[in-house]
Amino acid sequence: MSEQLNFEVPTMAELIAKGEEPEILFWVGCAGSYDERAQKTTRDICKILHHVGLKYAVLGTEESCTGDPAKRAGNEFLFQMQAMTNIEVLNGYNIKKIVTGCPHCFNTIKNEYPGLGGSYEVIHHTQLIQQLIDEGKLKAEGGESFKGKKITYHDPCYLGRGNDVYEAPRKALEVLDAQLVEMKRCKSNGLCCGAGGAQMFKEPEKGNKDINIERIEEALETNPQIVAASCPFCMTMLSDGVKLKDQSENVKVLDIAEITARANGL
Amino acid sequence: MIAQILFIALFIAAVALFSYNAKKVVRNIRLGKPADRSDQPQKRLMTMLKVAFGQTKMFFRPIPAFLHLLVYAGFVIVNIEVLEIMIDGVAGTHRIFHGLGGLYNVLIGAFEFLALGVWISCALFLIRRNVLKLKRFSGVEMTSWPKSDANYILITEILLMTAFLTMNAADAKLQALGYGHYVTAGAFPVSQFLQNLLPDSASSLVTIERGCWWFHIIGILAFLNYLPYSKHFHILFAFPNTYFSNLEPKGEFSNMQSVTNEVKAMLDPSFTPEPAEPGRFGAKDVNDLSWVNLMNAYTCTECGRCTSVCPANITGKLLSPRKIMMDTRDRLTEVGKNIDKSGNGFDDGKSLLDTYISREEIWACTSCNACTNACPINIDPLAIITELRRYAVMEESQSPASLNAMMGNIENNGAPWKYSPADRLNWAKEN
Repeated sequence: MSEQLNFEVPTMAELIAKGEEPEILFWVGCAGSYDERAQKTTRDICKILHHVGLKYAVLGTEESCTGDPAKRAGNEFLFQMQAMTNIEVLNGYNIKKIVTGCPHCFNTIKNEYPGLGGSYEVIHHTQLIQQLIDEGKLKAEGGESFKGKKITYHDPCYLGRGNDVYEAPRKALEVLDAQLVEMKRCKSNGLCCGAGGAQMFKEPEKGNKDINIERIEEALETNPQIVAASCPFCMTMLSDGVKLKDQSENVKVLDIAEITARANGL
Repeated sequence: MIAQILFIALFIAAVALFSYNAKKVVRNIRLGKPADRSDQPQKRLMTMLKVAFGQTKMFFRPIPAFLHLLVYAGFVIVNIEVLEIMIDGVAGTHRIFHGLGGLYNVLIGAFEFLALGVWISCALFLIRRNVLKLKRFSGVEMTSWPKSDANYILITEILLMTAFLTMNAADAKLQALGYGHYVTAGAFPVSQFLQNLLPDSASSLVTIERGCWWFHIIGILAFLNYLPYSKHFHILFAFPNTYFSNLEPKGEFSNMQSVTNEVKAMLDPSFTPEPAEPGRFGAKDVNDLSWVNLMNAYTCTECGRCTSVCPANITGKLLSPRKIMMDTRDRLTEVGKNIDKSGNGFDDGKSLLDTYISREEIWACTSCNACTNACPINIDPLAIITELRRYAVMEESQSPASLNAMMGNIENNGAPWKYSPADRLNWAKEN
């Protein structure tokens, strides 16, 4: 399977120049743009959008950090500076609907931008995948078979508890005819991967264990072949955990978008 | 007659003392900054009925939830009996509701079962705390006072229920003897088993019956006055606390209006914000927090569900959301005492951040909302942690060096890492 995109990813600037408007803006996010592992997920989201023929665009170099990590760290100034600059760009393009590749961007744009003048319909990519499945536009055929494979799904805090999105990612997995196993702590009781609240960008405080190890141990208890994620930060934390547990050969950490793309041979 | 006067005097004194202390608590809560929680009254009412009255969030842990429900139902319903005690006490009557006949028998019988339920539940709770030593009830913040506080509450409830049942047993015996004003009334399905333990002489029985009656009512009045000093205040605060709880998605953090004004003025020099009171960004001490944060602190009953699900605490970090709430309440109580002693504006050189809550604690939080989700009465420790972080970052520029670097990157590159904004679309082109 080629990782390369065999199509152009349209930017808002290009679309507008052609006098066109997208149905949906794909907000890639910083991790999705720069982090090598997350870039794969980003490309897979584009493949899905392209595959179903949804007219989309990205902001490209006009995108900037939503301000989420600054806000969680307590720097409201920096957050609002970022937010207002982004809102100016989004409103300038008359954006109505946004899909994000990251629960943190999703939460921030959906919940915290409206109060600053940026109101959009915001969905997370797992919700988009669920909608496409529900509409019959996306199936699980023509690609890798996940039939019978043991998959456990890790709820990202800002998608699950933060915004009560528990079913969409599971829906996306259910169509695979795989064997879904829940961890002991799941859904509203899910355990954080350890990266939220700006922890991604700092060393953890002194303790007797790293949070991602606690989480991956719980995931491994389910004997999974795949640990499914839907957040680039969780992806990093869980992948690191699997590596540290020497399980990289047996257990893959994959984003829901990657799984969906693979199942459809994209 | 003397008994009636004594009763009325005691009752008035108890209520007056409680009001005096409760007013202080309300004054302390009002030291907090304004927060508007007047929206969506219907949804708020529903939340209160569901979460506080219906105890829905307790049932994530079914066994303690069931036992707690027994104590709660016992507490609420046995208080109907207290109403009768009140009237009897003031009017000098005995079992004034006995005229209800069959219904009275059903009520008293039901109260007895509930009293037994409360008794057994409290005993089991004591065993869980002191014999089984559940992990949830330990931790750095669970020093000797919080532990004793819990035990005092449970023992008091056991004593009150014992007095209630013993009173009924003595009363039933006196009824059987046809003694004095002891009219035949009530059904005694539980206390009948205590009858054999009691003496047979009428005068001793009267002493026991009256003794238990007074113990029960004095106990309840004393308990009422214990509340303002205790974690047990949750039996009252659970209701307003859930009513005024956060209805927005948990992931949403408030946008600070004071910052919005400054940022707008920076981006647009022609923007002139409405003049606002100069204040701190974030919170260093309790009076920088909102009144909702402060009410949360008085509401906390230290059950530790928050701490037991906190990823930082589970992995051995210093942070404990329960400690955040207890520290906030302890500091607020201290500030209140300072005001009583030395008037407003007295500075004791202490503050919530640093004197009570350390930097290490606030920086260990992943803002995952496990604590707010776990709290059976919608307390929000994360909101307080966020305010403390805001103070550390915006007023003091004191954040961990790596976070400073992250914020510097966002400022300069529009991303938390040191990548060029020009490379943002490279993922679509490479490979």
